[in-house]
Amino acid sequence: MVFVMKRAAASNAYRKPSVKRRLRKYWPLYLLALPSIAYLIINNYMPMVGLILAFKDYSFADGIFGSPWKGFGNFTYLFSSKWAAIMFRNTVLYNVVFIVLGTLFAIFVAILLGEIKHIKVRNFFQAMILIPHLVSMVLVAYLVFAFLATNGFINKGILEPTGAKAIKFYTAKQYWPFILVLVHLWKGFGFQSVVYFATILGFDKTYYEAAVVDGAGTWQQITKITLPLLKPTIIILTIMAIGRMFSSDFGLFYQIPMNSGQLYAVTTTIDTFTYRTLMEEHDVSRALAAGFLQSVLGFILVLGTNLVVRKIEPENALF
Amino acid sequence: MAGNGKGFRIFSNIVLAILTIFAVAPFVLMFVSSITEEGTIMREGYSFIPRDVDFSAYKYLLTGAKGIVKAYGMTILVTVIGTIANMALTMALGYLLSKQDLPGRNFLSFFVFFTMLFSGGMVPSYIIWSRVFKVSETFFGLLLPNLLMSPFNVILMRTYFTTNVPKEILEAAEMDSCSQVGMLFRICIPLSKPMIATIALFSALAYWNDWVNGMYYLIRRNDLSTIQYVLNKMQNQIDFFRQTAEASKIAKTTDIPSLGVRMAIAVVSILPILMVYPFFQRQFVRGIVVGGVKG
Repeated sequence: MVFVMKRAAASNAYRKPSVKRRLRKYWPLYLLALPSIAYLIINNYMPMVGLILAFKDYSFADGIFGSPWKGFGNFTYLFSSKWAAIMFRNTVLYNVVFIVLGTLFAIFVAILLGEIKHIKVRNFFQAMILIPHLVSMVLVAYLVFAFLATNGFINKGILEPTGAKAIKFYTAKQYWPFILVLVHLWKGFGFQSVVYFATILGFDKTYYEAAVVDGAGTWQQITKITLPLLKPTIIILTIMAIGRMFSSDFGLFYQIPMNSGQLYAVTTTIDTFTYRTLMEEHDVSRALAAGFLQSVLGFILVLGTNLVVRKIEPENALF
Repeated sequence: MAGNGKGFRIFSNIVLAILTIFAVAPFVLMFVSSITEEGTIMREGYSFIPRDVDFSAYKYLLTGAKGIVKAYGMTILVTVIGTIANMALTMALGYLLSKQDLPGRNFLSFFVFFTMLFSGGMVPSYIIWSRVFKVSETFFGLLLPNLLMSPFNVILMRTYFTTNVPKEILEAAEMDSCSQVGMLFRICIPLSKPMIATIALFSALAYWNDWVNGMYYLIRRNDLSTIQYVLNKMQNQIDFFRQTAEASKIAKTTDIPSLGVRMAIAVVSILPILMVYPFFQRQFVRGIVVGGVKG
């Protein structure tokens, strides 16, 4: 889809000028793109090389290549921490919940948007539900704080007037799996719905017209036409989300619980663990080992899921 | 959908209205608390209904808080420079890759594409930027890491150039001995405005909302703080006091801004986004659609 190397090569089969002549024609463009290429090397490729540090005893003084090799020492050290298991569990479990609930919710909202015939009204709803997607996670943390603080809206506006006991949310970890899922849905549902809605807009209207002629109700139209037609998109988006199973939204898990220590058991993901060990505890070895596993496992998953996509829906495969 | 169910249409309208409130209500709570008198929030808590309206937080931001005004300027500076640089880099590489008969095109395409599959992650990235390129505690720490160019946007740009700029025009320009660089500026860019606007919008939003670079690369220097970084830092200080208990008592003796001021800073940080949003809504939705389905 994005990448059609083979096809491009085939279409280039006509007689083209010699490489030398084409180089002479295009050399200013290579020059123009040189900073972009340099940026990719620095920002993307050098960190890939830097992953070898996971097998080294990194020290600032010795640098990346000068630091001595250490074998799997960093990894045994990583797994000597109880957080290693917790962060993998949290990262994967939250992702599973996000994928299931996020997808269902988004499809539901997309179908509702499709029912609104008045374009101005529809655009208004669409614009409104996208607003949470515009703001940073730091800001969302402030919004959430206004609800959950000891004098927040939930305590002072709901619990106390009904006679219930106030809750200290930032030290009570049992609530946080729900809070984090809710915040994730709040921030992302508009975005995902719009993606599904765009697909629905592309469907052939005659299916629905024919269904109406045959006396199908709204419910039947949804279950017999819309959902089956959406199926490929749902499958592709879900598989791609599975490919990101080992990544987590750092902002969601770090900012929203305000990095509160009492909540770590339910808020630590690979990304927050890596940040904390690297920047707060200055424990580079553990951070390197955790980061290495995340990158490599993520890569394997992306390759694996792409293989699956290519089998089901070749034109949606990334490569 | 050409439905015939009136009931379901009403249901859709009602549910979407509720979801609109769900999406917007937290912002209302934030705004109301920024104009509520400090003591009222402490005593009676956050509320959706304005009580004891008091604009002193905003007055303080305009007059008393030099740091905030400066952070605002820094956010604008890094957003403007970052977005312009981002567009230049994205278009230059996207244009190069759009040339079908470019020697080395397949290799270069793969070179860009591979970075979308595999990434070194934050730790080596931090080590490279801070130790090898020494961007820590400089303006470049905000500008360069991760945000300067997205490989995905390069591929979007390339695809747009190849599919939306007719070959005939480019061939005609070549006959008229227009240079390859000239074609980019005179033909490709004018014909690709919608995609350019979309990519620029997302780049600007990413710079405006970024707090991660500040957290990694500006640890000691406060004079380079952006507005997001200020928000982040205020919060960390509150964490610190909350975790050492007795938050409210200690907080009063230190220079943590009051609740109202914190909320006012938060409001001010999203104001420009909300102000330009109605004008860029179409580009924004387009960006989500192309990015969401394919990325």
